[in-house]
Amino acid sequence: MQFALMIHHTPEEFAMRKNDYSDSHLGAWRAYYKALVEAGVYVGANALEAPETGTTVRLKEGKRRVQDGPYAETKEQLAGFIILELPSIDAALEWAARCPGASIGAVEVRPLAPEAMRRGFTG
Amino acid sequence: MNKGSQEDIQSAVGRTIERVARESYGRLVAYLSVHTHDLASAEDALSEALVSALKAWPRDGLPQNPEAWLLTAARHSLIDVIRHQRVVLASEPTLALLKENSPEANLSTEFPDERLKLLFVCAHPAIDPAMHTPLMLQTVLGLDAGRIAHAFLVPPKTMGQRLFRAKTKIRDGGIQFEIPQERDLAERLDAVLEAIYAAFGISWDDMFGIDPRGRDLAEEAIWLARVLLQLMPSEAEVQGLLALMLHSEARRSARRALDGRYVPLSEQDPKQWSLPLIEEAERHLADAFKRGRSGRFQLEAAIQSVHSERAHTDRTDWAAIALFYEQQVRISPALGTRVGYAAAVAEAEGPEAGLAVLDPIAPDAGSHYQPYWAVRAHLLQRLGKKREAADAYDRAIGLAKDPAVREFLLQKRG
Repeated sequence: MQFALMIHHTPEEFAMRKNDYSDSHLGAWRAYYKALVEAGVYVGANALEAPETGTTVRLKEGKRRVQDGPYAETKEQLAGFIILELPSIDAALEWAARCPGASIGAVEVRPLAPEAMRRGFTG
Repeated sequence: MNKGSQEDIQSAVGRTIERVARESYGRLVAYLSVHTHDLASAEDALSEALVSALKAWPRDGLPQNPEAWLLTAARHSLIDVIRHQRVVLASEPTLALLKENSPEANLSTEFPDERLKLLFVCAHPAIDPAMHTPLMLQTVLGLDAGRIAHAFLVPPKTMGQRLFRAKTKIRDGGIQFEIPQERDLAERLDAVLEAIYAAFGISWDDMFGIDPRGRDLAEEAIWLARVLLQLMPSEAEVQGLLALMLHSEARRSARRALDGRYVPLSEQDPKQWSLPLIEEAERHLADAFKRGRSGRFQLEAAIQSVHSERAHTDRTDWAAIALFYEQQVRISPALGTRVGYAAAVAEAEGPEAGLAVLDPIAPDAGSHYQPYWAVRAHLLQRLGKKREAADAYDRAIGLAKDPAVREFLLQKRG
């Protein structure tokens, strides 16, 4: 089954990402991705821009309501996600613990919805 | 058939259902959910089967194998539910369940005991630790959410919602029904033991003399430990936990005087202790020690075992108790363990030595812990430091939850 590792960063981490990511820090991420691919569990991943670049849209009574900023005003914000193919939550928690994001923020692990349900959405 | 014998049959059926439910509930739930991971549906199906049994058994007579009867009935009702669900959502395991039930695949009376997997699922690290014990009580023992809520001091509706959430996560969250791998086993087993001991602890905490249901929960915890031991007969810590709980259980009635007054261990009359329970505890502890793998629960049981020896020797070997506490502090320096160590050292070597163990505990760590202040007060009193002792007693009295303990401390304070 597939799991999403959702990586949440602190504002400090987002700030650091723009200016001064050290080689060793980037090296840790690169090594992690390499390990994921070599273990044959990697499905996909991506990183997001900082939360202040986000814009939230709602449609209420036919009117478009646009709000500057991310959906939820929490200290730690979604910074990126990784999709993995794994046999169980135990394996997913293990990979989450190895993720460099776990030591500088938080990594939420969530299973993707079952394939049958996903197909229902995408047709 | 006259009315009297009809009633006899009814009550015989009732008793059989009660017995089968108690002994087989967890086995049936575990077996019905091991492939689907759907505990809630398995429990619903089993309740329906129990209701049908109440109707059918007085009419048709008791089946030869009541457990197999219930399993067949529960399975039928489970399959009805699955057939009503949208086919698109039917997963491999549910389809397998449908197939297994084809008329040819006749149910054998023997089916595998999957309770160990279920216990590990209930105490899985991805499940909120506060829910480990409630999940076990419900899925393995069949306790209803209302009773569990009562024991955990939360509204029944809240407990029902939390249980529902936990079961949803077990069903959809990728938690496998399996025995953990060797390298994770110690840690995972520890979570199972903690959850069982927590159920036992609740019943102790509730023994304010006002809650008759507390007693049952201690029995349930001991039952769970027995089930676990049956499934993992060579794990020393499982036996250690069972020995610990049996030792405590042996002293239950001695903890209260007839007027409800709290009686501390040192003042209990060993004649009121249950010797059969102590003997059983000793057997398990001796077996556990033979395996040569020490652990937290064995050490705690060993301490209780030394206390129980007073029944034969009329004295307490505090030096031995202090030694076991010292080993335990080395394994896990929890606050309660350090306070227990201090009390034992004080008994063995005098109050100054006890205070020397208490003093390094950070004041904020001990500030809300009643036993810390009670032991401190007792030792200061023995040293003749009256004012400091009275202050410490006040702290302990202010933190006491049990009215009987509060009364005891007030009298000591003088």
